[in-house]
Parts: sequence; C-alpha cells; structure tokens
Amino acid sequence: MATVCAVAVWSVVLVLVLCALAALWTVVMVVRDESPPSDRYFALLGVLLAVLVVQLVAAAVVLLGTDRDVAEPTTFGAYLVTVVLVVPFGAALALVERSRWGTAALLVALATVAAMEVRLDQIWRLAGA
Amino acid sequence: MREATSTLATGPGRLLVAVYAVFALAATGRSAVQLGTEADRAPLAYSLSLLAAVLYLVATTCLLRGGATARRVALVAVTVEAAGVLVVGTLSYVATELFPDKTVWSHFGQGYGFLPLVLPFLGLWWLLTVERRAAVDEG
Repeated sequence: MATVCAVAVWSVVLVLVLCALAALWTVVMVVRDESPPSDRYFALLGVLLAVLVVQLVAAAVVLLGTDRDVAEPTTFGAYLVTVVLVVPFGAALALVERSRWGTAALLVALATVAAMEVRLDQIWRLAGA
Repeated sequence: MREATSTLATGPGRLLVAVYAVFALAATGRSAVQLGTEADRAPLAYSLSLLAAVLYLVATTCLLRGGATARRVALVAVTVEAAGVLVVGTLSYVATELFPDKTVWSHFGQGYGFLPLVLPFLGLWWLLTVERRAAVDEG
C-alpha cells in the first residue's frame, strides 16, 4: 500500500513536468502557427493522460482501501475524475479548430490540469498534516 | 445562416469557449459542493457561486450555438458577469462580514489567477467584434 500511496503522491510531480513540457511545445506551435499539432505532440498528451488515469486509480485505492482520509472528499474526488477529462477536451478543440487559436486552447487545458493538480496536492497534504 | 451560427465559436472564439467551459465547470462544481454540504454557512457567497456558475454555463452555450439570438443572450450574461465580478470583488474587500467563505468572484477572482476579472471583458470584446462583422456582412 505504501507503493500505491507513493504513486498517488509522485504522479503530481510527473503530471506537472509533463504539463510544463507540453505547454512549452504548445507555445512554440502557436508562435510558428502550426496546426493541427503533430502526432508526436499527441503522443505526449497520451502519456500525460495515462499518468492521470494511473493517479486516479492509485488515489482511489489509497482512499478506499486504507484509513487515509482527505479534508474535502467530494472536491478531491471530483477533481481526480475531471482532471482526466480536460486533456481529451483540449485535444478535441485543437483538432476541430485548425488554427493558431485551436492550438492555444490546448494551453488553457494544460493550465487547467496544472492548477487542478496543485489543488489536489493541497487537499491531500491538508489531511496528511 | 450556417456561417452565422459558427462565427462565435471559431478563431479566437474557440479559445474563449475553452476558458468559459473551464469556468462553467469550476463554478458549477464549487457551488454544488458548497450548497450541498454546508449551505447555511455562507448563503450569500454560495448563492453568488451558483449565479456565477449559471452565467458561465449560459455564456459557454451561447458561444457554442452562435447566431443573433445567442449573441444577444451572451451579451446580457457577460455584462451581468462583468458587473458581478466588480461588485462582489469590491464588496469582498470592504464588507468582509458578508463573505464568511469565498466565491469565484471574491477579491476579483484572486483564487483563479484573476481570470474571472479579465474574462467578461474579453467576452464583451469578442461579442462586439462578431456583432460588427455580422453588421458589415448584412449591410
């Protein structure tokens, strides 16, 4: 169970790093007016999505399977699930709107994921203290 | 007509839809949790969260739908939103006792990177830009 807990905690760091990488890449695409994003870019988003799913499962296992509690369980659970949905939403926008603006919408999605991860981490720590 | 329905949500509008959708989600979630779990603690603040949620949802829907009616409805929603964030933002500083808990608009949306303050004005700018374009096309 300690391993699962570590996965839940460290996935936040991994997600933030992946978000930063993808955001940088997105800015380059917006500046160069590249649209739609390349397959390689979507592969990176795929990795990000996979990490988010692993995070969801790990956190669920820890919360449901142990005594571990969080301060705001409803908010925490909603964030865990919603954050997984944000990435496909951004990707869909970028594919539908084949212009600089559609690519820029990915920045919104990535910033949302990053903000939600920070919030998840805060709630998690609140209970750990 | 087909063109008129799509202009609001294309180009810069697509970006705006993305941001509005995020806020619609955030505000709806927030007000649902607040009203569902501790409605008595700060009824005014939580009702305002709900109002914000509704306005964001209306704006998102109108941007996606497009057309003259949607533009008018969106204009009203975004204007109320601008007024809301300015009034609530100011009140949260000068009349702190009114807000025992935060809303999306408290302190001009500080908790959300001040985006709630910028968003309605971006929305107004975009709606008026599209409105002008439509007027040129028709005239």
